[in-house]
Amino acid sequence: MTSLPACSDKKLGLSIDLDICVGCQACVTSCKEWNTGGYSAPLSDHDPYGADPSGAWLNRVHSYEVSAPGWDRTLHFPRSCLHCETPDCVTVCPTGASYKRVEDGIVLVNPDTCIGCKLCSWACPYGAREYDHDDGVMKKCTLCVDRIYNDTIPEEDRVPACVRACPTGARAFGDFADPESAVSRAAEERGGFDLLAEFGYRPVNTYLPPRRGPVAQAQPHQPGHPATARPGSEVPALPKPATTEGKGRLDTLFAWVDRALTR
Amino acid sequence: MHPAYSVIFFTTASGAGYGLMFWLGLAHVAGLLPDSRWLPFLALATALVLVTAGLISSTFHLGHPERAWRALSQWRSSWLSREGIAALATYVPAGLLALVWLFGVQTPLSLLLGLLAAAGAVVTVWCTGMIYASLRTIRQWHQPLVPLVYLGLAAASGALLLALILAFSGLHWPAVLASGSLVLALLLKLAYFARIDGDRGAYTAQMALGLDAEAHVRVLDPPHTRPNFIMREMGYEIGRRYATRLRRIALVALFAVPIPLAGLVVLGSGLSPLMLAVATLSAGIGLLVERWLFFAEAEHVSMLYYGRPRA
Repeated sequence: MTSLPACSDKKLGLSIDLDICVGCQACVTSCKEWNTGGYSAPLSDHDPYGADPSGAWLNRVHSYEVSAPGWDRTLHFPRSCLHCETPDCVTVCPTGASYKRVEDGIVLVNPDTCIGCKLCSWACPYGAREYDHDDGVMKKCTLCVDRIYNDTIPEEDRVPACVRACPTGARAFGDFADPESAVSRAAEERGGFDLLAEFGYRPVNTYLPPRRGPVAQAQPHQPGHPATARPGSEVPALPKPATTEGKGRLDTLFAWVDRALTR
Repeated sequence: MHPAYSVIFFTTASGAGYGLMFWLGLAHVAGLLPDSRWLPFLALATALVLVTAGLISSTFHLGHPERAWRALSQWRSSWLSREGIAALATYVPAGLLALVWLFGVQTPLSLLLGLLAAAGAVVTVWCTGMIYASLRTIRQWHQPLVPLVYLGLAAASGALLLALILAFSGLHWPAVLASGSLVLALLLKLAYFARIDGDRGAYTAQMALGLDAEAHVRVLDPPHTRPNFIMREMGYEIGRRYATRLRRIALVALFAVPIPLAGLVVLGSGLSPLMLAVATLSAGIGLLVERWLFFAEAEHVSMLYYGRPRA
């Protein structure tokens, strides 16, 4: 059923502290490790050790350089499903495979009924859903639903794998519907914000903002160090995505059209 | 957005098919179809073949085409589900009408079938447009004009096909219909281009990261070394000059060539089947380019995380 529940009893989610995340990618690999052997079949990879690796991951950490009047800093930015309260990724699903649980608000994909139409990934502004080309279904963060209720693992492990792995404590897991929970209190004290609140999906995951103001630095940056480059300078862009369509006569034709149009 | 060939072919072919079905249904009700038993049947069969080829092609981009039947279940919330149901439901009156014409049955019920087929065609194409128009993540799609453009182009391409098929019976009114609906579709498409060109996008990289509007954001280190699914699917980029040229090609092939040709047929010409064939072929190529551009020019909000400043 892809109609959304009126409200969920709990609002389980993550609190992500942008002030202390160091971009170590431990949460990313820990997430991959747990989920590739978990609930929804392996998260397949293609050419993982080769020159053009790709695969389905449920958590990505970006690093940006931010400069604003009075402060500059490196901002490490973890990005995964925010388990929104009113997301279109659930309502656009034609099969009911994408759903939001009434009991705890977790947004899941049923891998047995997903037809792999990818419409849910189009509806997500956060780019949180990744298609698994081997399974032919959409994959997303499950909030480690197979850990948090799992009686067969030690109690201290019953949190999402990313939270368990974070060495700086930048990630916390809890119930945002309970105002006394640690995550609710942190959001209250630190001015936690909804990502892209303007969009109106009412995310449950909450980001704690980086502190503004000058950051103490041991040494002025060396010339040529990436952090000294100012906005507008060279950006380490990723290579352009290659087409995934089959190679053949059609591609030869399009290559010719491409040359003719760029001339 | 990545232009998937299967979806481009689907909306082009089934759009034309539903357009043809729409005009056939209405023309039948209005009593404008020729007395010939075979021409109307041939036309409706063409429509059904186009619609079916499109629908089959649309399942090629699915990860699990064998589960496609499940897509009929979520009509309460999903436009894709509604499209599937409308498409299947439209087969009933259209298929029955084709049988009525094939066997030459005289029944007043055929008028009802014509009306239902025409209505089903409109609803299905409207749902197709709404799949795109309902996505808030893509400003070039999230426009009230999008379903209207889909309807307008389906009507225009269907009218061209109808004119081509009925030209063999010497009827000229479908050519009037074709030129009229082409002009209407042209106006809609021009309004659409003006609308998306005037919209810079409401969301910024700063908003996506929760930063103050005046902060400068620079990508320091991407989360992966090679493009992932999100970048390949949502990060398709097309150069401005390139897009402008393709728009021109689409407008010429889709409107500038077929409109005068259909006009000449209206004025009366001995070569009408040939001219209408050229007009239909040209419009078909133009439609494919237009549909490709509809995807290639669409920008997704998630690309704000990958260095795009606005979306």
